[in-house]
Amino acid sequence: MKEDTSVVNILDKITKEEDPASEIKMKLGKLLEQLDLHLLNHSLRHISLEIRLNPTIVKNDIELLKHFSGKGEQTVLESIDYTSDYEFSNGCRAPPWRQIHGEICYVLVKPHDVETLCITCSAEGVFLNGGKTNDEGEINYERKSEIYKDLVTFLKEKSAKFSENMSKQDVRFSEEWKKEKEEPKEAPKKEEAAAPRKALPASSKSMLEKNQINFGKSQMTKRLEPSLNWKATIDFKETMLNLGLAGNPDPGPAAVLGKEGKETGSSHPGRHKSLLRDIQEEKRGGRLERSGPPVSPGRAQLIHKSAEKIEEMISESSSESEEDEEPPDHRQEANADLPSEYWQIQKLVKYLKGGNQTATVIALCSMKDFNLAQETCQLAIRDVGGLEVLINLLDTDEVKCKIGSLKILKEISHNPQIRRNIVDLGGLPILVNILDSPHKSLKCLAAETIANVAKFRRARRAVRRHGGITKLVALLDCAQNSGEPAQSSLYDARDVEVARCGALALWSCSKSYANKEAIRRAGGILLLAGLLKTSHENMLIPVVGTLQECASEENYRAAIKAERIIENLVKNLNSENEQLQEHCAMAIYQCAEDKETRDLVRLHGGLKPLASLLNNTDNKERLAAVTGAIWKCSISKENVTKFREYKAIETLVGLLTDQPEEVLVNVVGALGECCQEYENRVLVRKCGGIQPLVNLLVGINQTLLVNVTKAVGACAVEPESMMIIDRLDGVRLLWSLLKNPHPDVKASAAWALCPCIQNAKDAGEMVRSFVGGLELVVNLLKSDNKEVLASVCAAITNIAKDQENLAVITDHGVVPLLSKLANTNNDKLRRHLAEAISRCCMWGRNRVTFGEYKAVAPLVRYLKSNDANVHRATAQALYQLSEDADNCITMHENGAVKLLLDMVGSPDQDLQEAAAGCISNIRRLALATEKARYT
Amino acid sequence: MNRKKLQKLTDTLTKNCKHFNKFEVNCLINLFYNLVGEVTEWQGITIGLDRNAFRNILHMTFGMTDDMIMDRVFRGFDKDNDGCVNVSEWIYGLSIFLRGTLEEKMKYCFEVFDLNGDGFISKEEMFHMLKNSLLKQPSEEDPDEGIKDLVEITLKKMDHDHDGKLSFTDYEQAVREETLLLEAFGPCLPDPKTHMEFEAQVFKDPNEFNDI
Repeated sequence: MKEDTSVVNILDKITKEEDPASEIKMKLGKLLEQLDLHLLNHSLRHISLEIRLNPTIVKNDIELLKHFSGKGEQTVLESIDYTSDYEFSNGCRAPPWRQIHGEICYVLVKPHDVETLCITCSAEGVFLNGGKTNDEGEINYERKSEIYKDLVTFLKEKSAKFSENMSKQDVRFSEEWKKEKEEPKEAPKKEEAAAPRKALPASSKSMLEKNQINFGKSQMTKRLEPSLNWKATIDFKETMLNLGLAGNPDPGPAAVLGKEGKETGSSHPGRHKSLLRDIQEEKRGGRLERSGPPVSPGRAQLIHKSAEKIEEMISESSSESEEDEEPPDHRQEANADLPSEYWQIQKLVKYLKGGNQTATVIALCSMKDFNLAQETCQLAIRDVGGLEVLINLLDTDEVKCKIGSLKILKEISHNPQIRRNIVDLGGLPILVNILDSPHKSLKCLAAETIANVAKFRRARRAVRRHGGITKLVALLDCAQNSGEPAQSSLYDARDVEVARCGALALWSCSKSYANKEAIRRAGGILLLAGLLKTSHENMLIPVVGTLQECASEENYRAAIKAERIIENLVKNLNSENEQLQEHCAMAIYQCAEDKETRDLVRLHGGLKPLASLLNNTDNKERLAAVTGAIWKCSISKENVTKFREYKAIETLVGLLTDQPEEVLVNVVGALGECCQEYENRVLVRKCGGIQPLVNLLVGINQTLLVNVTKAVGACAVEPESMMIIDRLDGVRLLWSLLKNPHPDVKASAAWALCPCIQNAKDAGEMVRSFVGGLELVVNLLKSDNKEVLASVCAAITNIAKDQENLAVITDHGVVPLLSKLANTNNDKLRRHLAEAISRCCMWGRNRVTFGEYKAVAPLVRYLKSNDANVHRATAQALYQLSEDADNCITMHENGAVKLLLDMVGSPDQDLQEAAAGCISNIRRLALATEKARYT
Repeated sequence: MNRKKLQKLTDTLTKNCKHFNKFEVNCLINLFYNLVGEVTEWQGITIGLDRNAFRNILHMTFGMTDDMIMDRVFRGFDKDNDGCVNVSEWIYGLSIFLRGTLEEKMKYCFEVFDLNGDGFISKEEMFHMLKNSLLKQPSEEDPDEGIKDLVEITLKKMDHDHDGKLSFTDYEQAVREETLLLEAFGPCLPDPKTHMEFEAQVFKDPNEFNDI
């Protein structure tokens, strides 16, 4: 009941908000809950067999026996006592080094008829040990008897009197037991009073369910170590409750814990699975590690095994990308109220199994009348063994049965679980074989079913392995003669349908890399290009969809360019169908990484439809695709000019607010590219684009941050815009992004800071105002990402323009860090590093320090690079360094003079000047030495 | 039969039959006379395939097994109810059997299934036709229960006017919704495989034949 209300509470909370996002979150939460339940049930099946004694059970046993012990013939025992009075926090009395072996405590029992027994109670069971040794009362821990499942069984075996008196006491005993054990729970009257753990699975089941999340977690994170923590705050009992293993299902703490678990679950219903898991793991794991129960090695292994299993399952599902997500299998509860459809479907499946062709067809047709889009029906078919029959039917010669079966499979395979089941039952090879059938309707249905099934990786691999890709590509061939529109009335509509279904299946399959390759090898690109020329909208969508998926591959992009596919993509951008537009835009987005393709899009007039599609913002998927295409296209300057003509930039600025992240990433990316031009920067500022851009700097999406920092950086080139950015505290936001864990974001933020520092009024003061900012920047020089290093060097170059700041970064050790980077082959880094060095030389004895840290010799080698920018920066750095005599000597030794002499002949004036200056410094030193020598 | 007569017969039959061309009609006539055997034709006595011979063909060539359905197919072919299929009935029957349009096939199948010819397929007729369609399960108390249920399922699916029996309109509507129901009560048309084999064998190109 408690569980129910908590779910209802969550539901209330969510429905109140009436937000589709939270609805999804709730669904996700529900799915997670189901996964947990499933995992729990799964592991419980293993663990329940292994559940052994724990301190609570033992303690209760002993307490109870104590009740019935004493002098006199009616008692069960003369005495029963612990050997040790000290109880550890986890409820054990055994010393920690024995807890490792799973031992809980030692008891001295004196029955009426035998001598005192010294008994070890361990997690594995109860057995006789070697007894107390005479000196110092040490216990001989060695096992001297068989292991019994609990104390009472053990004593019954050892002492006849105990057994006899126990049976007399039984009634009283069990009453006592009930009082103590059951409290409000259902009383397991039929259970043996003396075997409480037998009652466990039943009586603690409901609690287990409440604790399911905790349980799963502790299974995974529990370290099976004995408690050595004498002052552990959490007692063993609670741990056991967490684990759902406690013998005494005290509802108090259980309910509390259960609720806690629920709340943890519900407060982050939308978070990503793994995130949620992490949080909980941290929470539970941290505590459990400290108070982990002692477990015998054997059992430890078992639990460990099941824990591994769980982990395996989790890693399997989390390794799948989102589209591949394979939701957990939740079979219907046996006792849940089954809908009437379930029974009807069960009956039909029975007829399918036991009927001839006629009965089968009737049953299939009738089954088709159920609402197969409904999950209950889908799962009902599976649960009564219908899938096996349906797949078997595909393997027969009966065309009608095959058609009927495929019609059903096609519908129910929309369900992710059914897809998996179909693959598990070996359905794919059969489906692939049907693609060879001479019957067009069979081909179509099989291809459509494959399109549905191949939504996850394993299925796609199976399709490929069984030669499905080649056959599917062959289906595309059917409508080839329909190339000319004049003939369009002549060919068979069914051929088009076959090709459409083939494309649909390829679309699903093309989500795997190897399949893309297989499609290409089977000659799919040419056929797809041919189909793209047709005018059937429902055919074009899967065709463009496939191309769009495949365009992630370089091979395809080249082929798409070569096969004049761009032209048709652009043509279809003008279609009426939103989905088609979306996929075309998406394909352009993928392909437009390439400059030629970007030009082709422009030449075929694709920019205008893209720009006009921006005005329709209702369809977010399409908007994301269109803005993506615009982003990539705007990498070419000519395209940007066109976009400005079409007023796309104003529209893009308008899209900076209230859009989903996928759209924002692209919009900001596009603006970042556009703002490389002066006119556009002005335009963005005038449209009020800077404020929303700066606002986006606080996001968490990595791609978005990279784009936003780039766009802000581009805007900052304009002093007027810079003022706005500064006013909005944008520089501080950029600066704090230097702490972002993603190197791309760091680098992009550092690049963006450069123009900010250049163009800000009073830049030095501004930079100093960021507490710890300079230290942060200098420390980024320890990164191992080249792009980050280059960007940070560039930032340092700008920071060092201010003397005071240069002094500060020198104090933070910028010189040794820069010197350390000198041995690099990366030209970009070389250039910015050389610039940074030349700037940093301006302070104190930094020149000398650079020499001491051996930065000079590598710099000389930079002059052999092919990059003119590197030459200039290096020459300038060398010029600065050559002010120090030792550096001059190093340069001379490394052959700098000859290289610099070549540079003097460069058309680049700055380079000339720096090279000449450097040579003159070296020369002057040489002259001075000579002079000194001869005078 | 002399050549001239055969020529004439072929011509008339070709005229009346829209699904076969002259060559195909000729082939089928030849086949017919081959099947009938070397019975000399007497003036006035129509010759043809009797029930047994026809059933034999259905069984051997088209793989039909259900006695009752085969009988009904024979009745479907034997338009004049004289107990044997003559040459024109043969050609006409086959034209629907092999090449009929959906409408023609629906009409033909409905006639096959309407056992008593009253224009309706009644529950009893359905039961009769479906009675062998399910494996008898020994566990069931009433072995016919499954069949009865199947009849109910069929009625639910096809009986659109809910009068407890199938009129041709009911049947037609159901088939148009789901073509698989054309042969709802038993296979009375050749399955695609035997169909192709039969045509391939009978309509062999004469030129090809000459080559041998």
